Amino acid sequence: MSQTDLEIVVDDPTAPEDDSPSVVASGTIEIVVCLLLLALAATLGYDNWRTGASWDSTGPEPGYFPFYLSVILASGSLYGLITALVARRASSDSFVTRAQARRVMAVFVPTLLFCLVTQFLGLYVASFLLIAGFMRVIGKIALWKSLLTAFLFTAIMFVTFDIAFDVIMPKGPLEAAFGH
Amino acid sequence: MEAFGLLLHGFAVLLTWKTLVLMMLGLVLGIFVGVLPGLGGPNGVAILLPLTFTMDPTSAIVMLSCIYWGALFGGAITSILFNIPGEAWSVATTFDGYPMAQQGRAAEALTAAFTSSFIGSLVAVLLITFLAPMISSFALKFGPPEFFAVYLLTFCSFVGLGREAKHKTVISMSLGLLLAGVGMDTVSGQLRMTFGSSELLRGINFLVAVIGLFGISEILLTMEERLALRGHAASISLRVVLGVWKDLPKYWVTLLRSSFIGCWLGITPGGAIAASFMGYNLAKRFSKDPESFGKGRIEGVFAPETAAHASGTAALLPMLALGIPGSGTAAILLGGLMVWGLNPGPLLFVEHKDFVWGLIASMYLGNVVGLVLVLTTVPIFASILRVPFAAVAPMIVVSCAIGAYAIQNAMFDIWLMLGFGVVGYVFKKIGIPLAPFTLALVLGNRAEDAFRLSMIGSGGTLKVFWSNGLVGSITTLAIVLLFWPLIDRVFTGLRRGLEAAHN
Repeated sequence: MSQTDLEIVVDDPTAPEDDSPSVVASGTIEIVVCLLLLALAATLGYDNWRTGASWDSTGPEPGYFPFYLSVILASGSLYGLITALVARRASSDSFVTRAQARRVMAVFVPTLLFCLVTQFLGLYVASFLLIAGFMRVIGKIALWKSLLTAFLFTAIMFVTFDIAFDVIMPKGPLEAAFGH
Repeated sequence: MEAFGLLLHGFAVLLTWKTLVLMMLGLVLGIFVGVLPGLGGPNGVAILLPLTFTMDPTSAIVMLSCIYWGALFGGAITSILFNIPGEAWSVATTFDGYPMAQQGRAAEALTAAFTSSFIGSLVAVLLITFLAPMISSFALKFGPPEFFAVYLLTFCSFVGLGREAKHKTVISMSLGLLLAGVGMDTVSGQLRMTFGSSELLRGINFLVAVIGLFGISEILLTMEERLALRGHAASISLRVVLGVWKDLPKYWVTLLRSSFIGCWLGITPGGAIAASFMGYNLAKRFSKDPESFGKGRIEGVFAPETAAHASGTAALLPMLALGIPGSGTAAILLGGLMVWGLNPGPLLFVEHKDFVWGLIASMYLGNVVGLVLVLTTVPIFASILRVPFAAVAPMIVVSCAIGAYAIQNAMFDIWLMLGFGVVGYVFKKIGIPLAPFTLALVLGNRAEDAFRLSMIGSGGTLKVFWSNGLVGSITTLAIVLLFWPLIDRVFTGLRRGLEAAHN
């Protein structure tokens, strides 16, 4: 009865190569992140201190709790910074290889563009463009399939959210032309 | 026995066509996100949360928890058929599950996995049914100091017991607590950390952060990997199912042990991963034939799956009874409760009886329906993996954006989501855990309020956290847990020293 001999095989022709050179080491990123967190902690800490981080007659002032949290965050990042600096020579773990970075960018850049387009043309137009474009350009899928999938998905989303569930999405000139 | 009556009432609340349809829908969607690469429990729940915004709270939570069960079931499919663990807690399932599939016993392995998930969750749900009302009625006596002590205990146990580098947990947690404080201060009405931005006035929404941290970042991470896969297709016949079930009693010790481990670790935060490995390792150690593990032994599927699901379910116990989620997904469900204006915590059992018992009843029903559904539809779901990722990835991005926007109808939130996506990606790659961040973000305001109220009540002395036996012991326990690694080291050192002196 069971058809366990049937196999499912999916290929990934654009997979990142294993021997791709590293772009940046994990240690370096760790140092950068710790520095950024330290800066954030300092900014937030200053803001809370300005708001009032001490006690008054009614108890702790609004900035009290977050101020001490920024102190904790700062000390955590400082500790992380020091350990990352110390361990830097010992470890050479790669944060991301060149091939991986290319693939990550292949998703991140379209996502960024999608957000931009959403801001100006509305979510549904952006969604159609993202899906069709991504499938065609990155996935090398036949144009008609890409366009059809993108149209169907966007249409289903529109019907589900804007019409059936009454969750209103940002819209642009195209929807306005149809009276939505 | 009171719990039993209330539970029956819960079933009565559930047994409407509408709820049952939503339940099925939730399960299918859940299995779908569980099977898809780069998505899993917390991501799935976070992305699909906006779908439920217009429902009444009971239907919404039933659908969400079914998405969660579905995702848990779905994770097992990819682990066994493709050797790809959908979630960290499915890793242990691949050890014996995949070899079984290679030997042509995929159907058996899948049946074992689904059945043991079912058993694990069932034990945990039983625990919830009888323990949660007791804990919550006990917690009704809690004042602000007790609540703050419990929050402190949760945070400290993350730091002390987590396996990540301690400072990274501290960073993640303090960042979450800080971001929770952005916006209008609830006590004084003053603005904090907004830097004059009107967008930040609303604060940083927990769900927006979660959608970015889990959804977007997971897509980025998935793309880094080779997405090619080879696996076995399988369909499960009734004969196989009955065959596996007939052998179940033989493994009762393993099942019981794993359920127990799962429940225990699930109540303490972040336990499902540890539970699945511990379940597997203990089954191996106590086995008469430990050598055969890893080569396709059915016990090696039973043990981790039971533990992982018991723990995933038990994580809902502290969330319901105390308002403290025991896992990332529980935290997201908690965020959902707040969207519907329900205040999680002990009062929930008093003020929203229908809701709580409806939810608990849905855990029973969802698991039964889920088991049947998943056993009958495995071939369909396994073939979802044939859909190219290039088609799935942009759809997930769009769903994330819809989710993020729908929460407060703000374009700013879509940008915030993108930002959190990048943060999540970087944090995951350098080993800063996201679970404490999520937990801190959702509990931040409540923890701060509890702290400030206790301070105002006591006139500003920290002694209030040791003012009676209960709050004192919780606070002390929290501090002990925080320094647990240190204490553990001192004790080990002392013991070694004593042994050396004896010799």
